Amino acid sequence: MRPDKIELVCPAGSLPALKTAIDNGADCVYMGFRDDTNARNFTGLNFSFDNAKEGVRYAHAKGKKVLLALNTYPQADGWQRWTKAIDNAAELGMDAVILADPGLMQYAVKTHPGLRLHLSVQGSATNYEAINFYHEMFGIQRAVVPRVLALAQVEQLMAGTQVEIELFGFGGLCVMVEGRCALSSYATGDSPNTRGVCSPPKAVRWQETPKGLESRLNGILIDRYEAGENAGYPTLCKGRFDVEGETYYAIEEPTSLNTLELLPELIRMGIAAIKIEGRQRSPAYVEQVTKVWRQAIDSCLRNTGMFAVKPAWMADLGKVSEGQQQTLGAYYRPWK
Amino acid sequence: MKLALGPILYYWDRDTMLGFYEEISDAPVDIIYLGETVCSRRHLLRLQDYLDMAERLVAAGKEVVISTQTLIESENDVKTLRKIADNGNFKVEANDMGAVRLLANKVPFVAGSTLNVYNPQTLDLLAGLGATRWVIPVEMSQEALAAVLRERQSKSETEVFAYGRLPLAFSARCFTARHYNLQKDDCQFKCLDYEDGLTLKTREGQPFLNLNGIQTQSALVYNLIGELDTLQSTGADVVRISPQAHHTGEILHLFRECMEQRLVPAQAMSQVGTLMPAASCNGYWHGKPGLDFILDNQLTAAENPAAVPNAL
Repeated sequence: MRPDKIELVCPAGSLPALKTAIDNGADCVYMGFRDDTNARNFTGLNFSFDNAKEGVRYAHAKGKKVLLALNTYPQADGWQRWTKAIDNAAELGMDAVILADPGLMQYAVKTHPGLRLHLSVQGSATNYEAINFYHEMFGIQRAVVPRVLALAQVEQLMAGTQVEIELFGFGGLCVMVEGRCALSSYATGDSPNTRGVCSPPKAVRWQETPKGLESRLNGILIDRYEAGENAGYPTLCKGRFDVEGETYYAIEEPTSLNTLELLPELIRMGIAAIKIEGRQRSPAYVEQVTKVWRQAIDSCLRNTGMFAVKPAWMADLGKVSEGQQQTLGAYYRPWK
Repeated sequence: MKLALGPILYYWDRDTMLGFYEEISDAPVDIIYLGETVCSRRHLLRLQDYLDMAERLVAAGKEVVISTQTLIESENDVKTLRKIADNGNFKVEANDMGAVRLLANKVPFVAGSTLNVYNPQTLDLLAGLGATRWVIPVEMSQEALAAVLRERQSKSETEVFAYGRLPLAFSARCFTARHYNLQKDDCQFKCLDYEDGLTLKTREGQPFLNLNGIQTQSALVYNLIGELDTLQSTGADVVRISPQAHHTGEILHLFRECMEQRLVPAQAMSQVGTLMPAASCNGYWHGKPGLDFILDNQLTAAENPAAVPNAL
């Protein structure tokens, strides 16, 4: 049951961002509540119940969908916070909830059998056996696949499952398999799985030194910038480190994923949806990225064979990319 | 509590691997996990080699568990997974939900730490599918574990990673190959040159992480030898030691001595300190950043080289 269209799923870190996404052509938006039940648990971000209600009303009035990310792993001492979030999602009429934890999926199925479930990228499902596990056990209808597979591997995966596949198309690039990275808690105590954060702002310190501007995470030197170098947020896998006397971006450069040129291939493969990363980004980012991707998808659907990436699109996306750099990531196998 | 030896996380040559397990067959360890869990390109030992080795270790009185690869990407990976699930003889450690699907309600299995069991509901669910043991997430604290065990309904054994460089992250990218500007598909098996991984330091020389192919580990060695009493009181049934290139047998021996109370924690800590490739950390167990080292009051820095980075 492959879908005959490809949905554009855009980030909504706030009500203004949600409206911006809908107004600029998103088919779906995804959001989280204001706590550690979602993987963008940042101060000043996300939705209260009332905000979410207004967001759902706004989107539904325009025939668009709202997905709720509940994609951290419930901690034993806070289980009710996660189940309450599921209850709230059902009450709000969310079009789907995006989950990673099997225990929580079981709760959702038992308590709200009509609620549509998506498997979050935090569920780390990189093969069809894993995806089918969640489908058979909990009836998940869509899986968001980690940013680690080559396109040919995604196609192989799709041959083994009927579950819809959503891929990341643009935005911040996790180099590690999502849901299987504890680097952040190793350095700071908080991780995406447990607290919904990576390299949390409260652990960040900037310091001017005679050697240059230094960024630290819980005291650990992540990078040091010479005069004239662009300083980026110290996400710990994107710093410069020393390996055998050589200093370089040992894990990954500060760069954004951009798969615009793969669009015809993604459509041919029957990908159900393309996800834009960036709930922590501004409404201006959401506007820019949504607009470009809407145009590109429409252009590609009109005539897939003739599709060409417009330089203006790339320029617009380049402006909002991390470090002004873009990559195809793992979809392009040599990246690995 | 039982003592377990985790799978070898590094890539050693065939003779080294075979010699390692020959030595281990005499070591005071109850459970041995075997198999390639990191990278499908590591092929000097095949599944059949591991199964043959498993037979020998069982004959030596060990419980053997075959561990599955953590990141399953290709159809070939899935095929190997199926062969392991269908091995018909040994219990399997499932390190991916794909493995759980193949084992559920058929073969008893160990729920590996990358299955991300953080709450009693998920633990009970996996136990219901046949998990007879679970390995806690590396980042789980003593307090969080106690909360899970307090509320669970099922009765599976609890295993804690208690010694070794922590497997913190998995990627599609190979960081060892990247260090040589090689692509993963043409990695020239550089991991063979790094028997304990490749240390990544900050630009001011602090050992931070340890590159092991597609796996990123802690540079420091997670070391709970001073915490065996809290492991026991929290409810751990099995304590896991992760193999390192040298002294693994001696480390197992020290853990055993300590578990049997023939050695006090301060002594054990002091002795293990001379056998480690890097300094200790234990922050996760105390609910702190993993790289922290919390000094228990019964261990003092003066008599514990393992607790003092510069002493190593």
